[in-house]
Amino acid sequence: MIAENFKYAAPSSLQEAYELLHEYGDDAKILAGGHSLVPMMKLRFASPTHLVDINNIPGLAYITEEDGYLKIGAMTREHELEESSIITNKYHVFTDASKLIADPQVRNFGTIGGNIAHGDAANDHPAVMLALKAEVQISGQDGDRMVSINDFFHGFYMTAVQHGEILTEIRIPVPRNKFGSAYHKEERKVGDYATAGVAVAIEIDDNGVCTNAGIGLTNVNPLPMKVERSEAVLIGSRLTTEDIATAAKYAAEDCSPSEDLRGDEDYKRHLVKVITKRMLNKAIQRAKS
Amino acid sequence: MTKTITLKVNGTEHTVEVEPRTLLVHLIRENISMTGTHIGCDTSSCGACTILINGKSAKSCTILAVQADGKEIATVEGLATAEGLHPIQEGFHLNHALHCGFCTPGMMMRAVEMLEKNPNPTEEEIRWGISGNLCRCTGYNNIVKAIQWTSAKMQGKELPSTEPEFV
Ligand SMILES: Cc1cc2nc3c(=O)[nH]c(=O)nc-3n(C[C@H](O)[C@H](O)[C@H](O)COP(=O)(O)OP(=O)(O)OC[C@H]3O[C@@H](n4cnc5c(N)ncnc54)[C@H](O)[C@@H]3O)c2cc1C
Ligand code: FES
Ligand code: FES
Repeated sequence: MIAENFKYAAPSSLQEAYELLHEYGDDAKILAGGHSLVPMMKLRFASPTHLVDINNIPGLAYITEEDGYLKIGAMTREHELEESSIITNKYHVFTDASKLIADPQVRNFGTIGGNIAHGDAANDHPAVMLALKAEVQISGQDGDRMVSINDFFHGFYMTAVQHGEILTEIRIPVPRNKFGSAYHKEERKVGDYATAGVAVAIEIDDNGVCTNAGIGLTNVNPLPMKVERSEAVLIGSRLTTEDIATAAKYAAEDCSPSEDLRGDEDYKRHLVKVITKRMLNKAIQRAKS
Repeated sequence: MTKTITLKVNGTEHTVEVEPRTLLVHLIRENISMTGTHIGCDTSSCGACTILINGKSAKSCTILAVQADGKEIATVEGLATAEGLHPIQEGFHLNHALHCGFCTPGMMMRAVEMLEKNPNPTEEEIRWGISGNLCRCTGYNNIVKAIQWTSAKMQGKELPSTEPEFV
């Protein structure tokens, strides 16, 4: 399968990339890892007139903790998350998710920025970002702006990134209390998108009270979804079995999965309930150890 | 509009003119005439087209040729040297790890990167490591054995038996 013809440019600075995006207009697309975009172009679901490849722009791939944030550059590859000690020591939700995203070859190229900017509720990082209450830095000719992940997803393949802009950084507030996080998705086979997936992040103070909770869902809602009712039950709670069960129940009730080859609606809601409960228990265990 | 790109394939430099929409796998097979890299699914699922780009395993059916400008590509044709087979080829040969051979070039290129990063993988790590490569006829047991054998060989350890197991 061959994509429709397009023109290709690989700028070596952000400034040059913004200029090209402006010059080419609405039908230009950014090429990051290419592992969502190229398959879509081959199927001719997407036929951009121009591709602006941002792989040659230095300084967009990094993982650091500074100014109270975990900062991840948009061009950081999935495998770099798997291998970073900052991530593997503390932010287990990423290590859980990375292992379940596609396969090693895809993870060598797919970027975290692309995974979110694709704007697809089937991708795994949107739920992880919602659970971690991330902020996203969007940059353009007029400078940088920060957008809360809660306001980032606008529709199927539509996000807060406007034409001429590039997602450059993801910021996650560094937890202050004991912190635990976890992700799991049910998949039919390796490399498949989620039948249902749940990302969880919690903080617990010295008295055993939950001070912060985030729950994000994959592929069971038209948009990537955070479950506010479940979060509200957990914050201030001592994370009793009953509270965990209630949070799991709310997650299953509040999402709106659609029936497809991966399962019917009831089955997916059931999965959301079971996985939410398991991931909460896993995150609590991690926070305490 | 075509673009001129320069890339190294198995150590030899090539300058080629391609349309931006040309896939890397087509460049390798059709322009450079190295047909060891196979096209199985053409949808990023099977791993038959796996090659190394600057040492990293990649599905060449999902990468544009223009993205390989200035890069070093390694394909199955580059594994053997004048001294003989690469240990991974020897491992696949001695452990009956191929039947029709269609998945084999991709499987071996993936194994080469895996062993480079993790010279002594567990069986589970090997199975995860080749999870992006499908084999439709040999089955995976002998492929896993071949990679274990190669790992031992490359580290100068005692070699596991290559006798087939009948179960
Ligand atoms: C076989 C296979 C299985 C997969 N399985 C999974 C899976 O299980 N879970 C999962 O989450 N993903 C999966 N993926 C998708 C994969 O993780 C993609 O790599 C990822 O979704 C997109 O990242 P990318 O860097 O490849 O983006 P690209 O494909 O380059 O871009 C995707 C979209 O985002 C835009 N974009 C990219 N970067 C930016 C930026 N910095 N700023 C603004 N816009 C940008 C592009 O213009 C494009 O519209 C799979 C892919 C394949 C091929
Ligand atoms: S041909 Fe590339 S993954 Fe199947
Ligand atoms: S040897 Fe035939 S597909 Fe693997």
